[in-house]
Amino acid sequence: MASDSPKPLVLSNARVIDPARDLDAPGSVIIADGTILAAGPEAANQGAPYGAEIIDCAGAIAAPGLIDMCVSVGEPGAEHRETLASASDAAAAGGVTTICTMPETDPVIDDPALVDFILRRARDTASVNVHPIAALTKGLEGQEMTEIGLLQEAGAIAFSNGHKSVRNAQTMRRILTYARDFDALIVHHTEDPDLAGGSMNAGLNASWKGLSGIPREAEVIMIERDLRLVGMAKGKYHANLISTSDSAEAIRIGKDRGLNVTAGVSINHLTQNENDIGPYRTFFKMSPPLRNEDDRKAMIAALADGTIDILVSNHDPQDVETKRHPWAEAEDGAIGLETLLAAALRLYHSGDIELLPLLACMTCRPADRLGLETGRLTTGAPADVVVFDPDRPWVLEKSAIRSRSKNSPFEDARFSGRVLHTIVAGRPVYTYA
Amino acid sequence: MQADLFPHRHLLGIEGLQPQDILGLLDRAEAAVEVSRQVEKKKSVLSGRTQINLFFEASTRTQSSFELAGKRLGADVMNMAVSSSSVKKGETLIDTAATLNAMHPDLLVVRHHAAGAVHLLARKVDCSVVNAGDGPHEHPTQALLDALTIRRHKGKIARLTVAICGDIVHSRVARSNIILLNALGARVRVIAPSTLLPSGIEKMGVEVFRDMREGLKGVDIVMMLRLQRERMSGSFIPSVREYYRYYGLDAEKLSFAREDALVMHPGPMNRGVEIDPAVADGPQSLIREQVEMGVAVRMAVLEALAAHLPNQ
Repeated sequence: MASDSPKPLVLSNARVIDPARDLDAPGSVIIADGTILAAGPEAANQGAPYGAEIIDCAGAIAAPGLIDMCVSVGEPGAEHRETLASASDAAAAGGVTTICTMPETDPVIDDPALVDFILRRARDTASVNVHPIAALTKGLEGQEMTEIGLLQEAGAIAFSNGHKSVRNAQTMRRILTYARDFDALIVHHTEDPDLAGGSMNAGLNASWKGLSGIPREAEVIMIERDLRLVGMAKGKYHANLISTSDSAEAIRIGKDRGLNVTAGVSINHLTQNENDIGPYRTFFKMSPPLRNEDDRKAMIAALADGTIDILVSNHDPQDVETKRHPWAEAEDGAIGLETLLAAALRLYHSGDIELLPLLACMTCRPADRLGLETGRLTTGAPADVVVFDPDRPWVLEKSAIRSRSKNSPFEDARFSGRVLHTIVAGRPVYTYA
Repeated sequence: MQADLFPHRHLLGIEGLQPQDILGLLDRAEAAVEVSRQVEKKKSVLSGRTQINLFFEASTRTQSSFELAGKRLGADVMNMAVSSSSVKKGETLIDTAATLNAMHPDLLVVRHHAAGAVHLLARKVDCSVVNAGDGPHEHPTQALLDALTIRRHKGKIARLTVAICGDIVHSRVARSNIILLNALGARVRVIAPSTLLPSGIEKMGVEVFRDMREGLKGVDIVMMLRLQRERMSGSFIPSVREYYRYYGLDAEKLSFAREDALVMHPGPMNRGVEIDPAVADGPQSLIREQVEMGVAVRMAVLEALAAHLPNQ
């Protein structure tokens, strides 16, 4: 089944958006042999390939399938929370055609054989593209660097210490220096582990709740340290999840200095703030913590002006065993693959950001940073496409969540924007019923 | 007894209570003080009811106070001490709640070391839940008994100046008292070294002092807090003797308060750490009376919640 090539496909009558080409125009997308043959207004005049299936998009948007470069999966070690198969089902339903998996599994992905394991499991069970991010240090302990060369050869797309920062500056400096020889991308969580000992954003809200706070400074201190190290080592660096205006400012300065630096933000930090926590609702506990409304707005502005390059779900499945605890004892993390696009469209509907740059943060920008061919609708690119109606309303019902874990901060949320079709390598993997 | 109904099923905190709810509980407690001082102390309001005291954190005074309160109202009281080790065996708080719920208690009195734990539990059980202290979050019955003690001596709460001194950041007593005293119109000060103040304290409805003599000037009530060394991870103060020098309540510092100022402490006291024994046991101290009021206030709370129990 996997070997025979898919039937040619024509997405007709679409509004074709391809951020890589700054294209937003009515047209078609023609797909054959798993790649894009043509996409845009010019494709509308081309004939359909012989035997092609034609999908009438009826004016819906056809865009490159989304790339989510921060996804935690429970495989191996916590398959009851999420497998590559269930994560890819969730991704497909959310219009995400490529996921980069975080190395925080059990065992940690710090060995080439484990990278190979993920890739083989993905090939056999996943319906979307899967690229493992390997561990930056052995066991994620922040002490010894992993075999960056061998891991990269095995298929690791980048290197990360998961949701833990490397505390030792000398270790980080060496890793950045060594990784440069392999042109490897370092994706770093940026929280000073000593300052970030609390369980929610520091401030009045935490004080009333009797919770110890994580100050905003914990983040910018780590980013500023890292940027100095990147300057020394000339490494390739991505601040994975930033959450404060100060952090955005630091990234901006780093870019102005000509450093090879990018930054990411999670959809949660663009659409929620610490007030959403309410009476200790642990589905809103995440790392970095949800900040205040000013920081949320600063994150949107930083995304709109290009300071932040990449938007991710930071999908992190957690179950009852890890979430139904008193706040401080519950695990961090929220699922988000299925709601990434719909939640992101809230920013478009609110007028905060245009559709083209919004989609760029989830398509061509992560693709360029990771060196992937996908994330665009240019001729010859892999045919990873999402078709969505940006206005169609829907409600996220818990029973309909495809992830094995149901820890969504968007439970019962109303969205405008529904994925209709998701196509991976020319094959439809999701169709809205 | 007061006919007006307490409009909440649980008592999870002072936050969310209206001034009339608080005053209603205090009035009820006044009556309970009288009951407790009689030879025949037993009432039957809770007869046939089961009260479980579920303490995830050790406590002598609060637990025995709730136990006595329940028994004086005629309830069957069971004490459950859940050591943190059995929690670590894998049973979550929710599992414990489900287990207890299956035994059909009517009232659940809960103390837990984590903020918000009692709220979580209250969402999962069918009975009325009383927060007997959740981490550094709230300890509503302590704030109520403090208010009752103050009112009995000063005749009012409104317009009194109350200074809360010491380890504010780790104190549930401080949070509940700040909310309650503000709700009833008192002026609240906090006095502490900056490392023992939560961030945003200046927006919590208090006046902030770092100097004890300055802060005690003209106050009616001095509330001391226990230095919670067990909650301190890392270094908050350099040493006990330095803390005592600047923030320990002795006669000299107390002399800056009003002449008729009264001294309170939620207990257990660290004599020589936050308070001089001579002050703790001196004529201005209400500390022992607070314990007596504790039983009365808890009777009032249990009785008020009992009105919501089914089949009443």
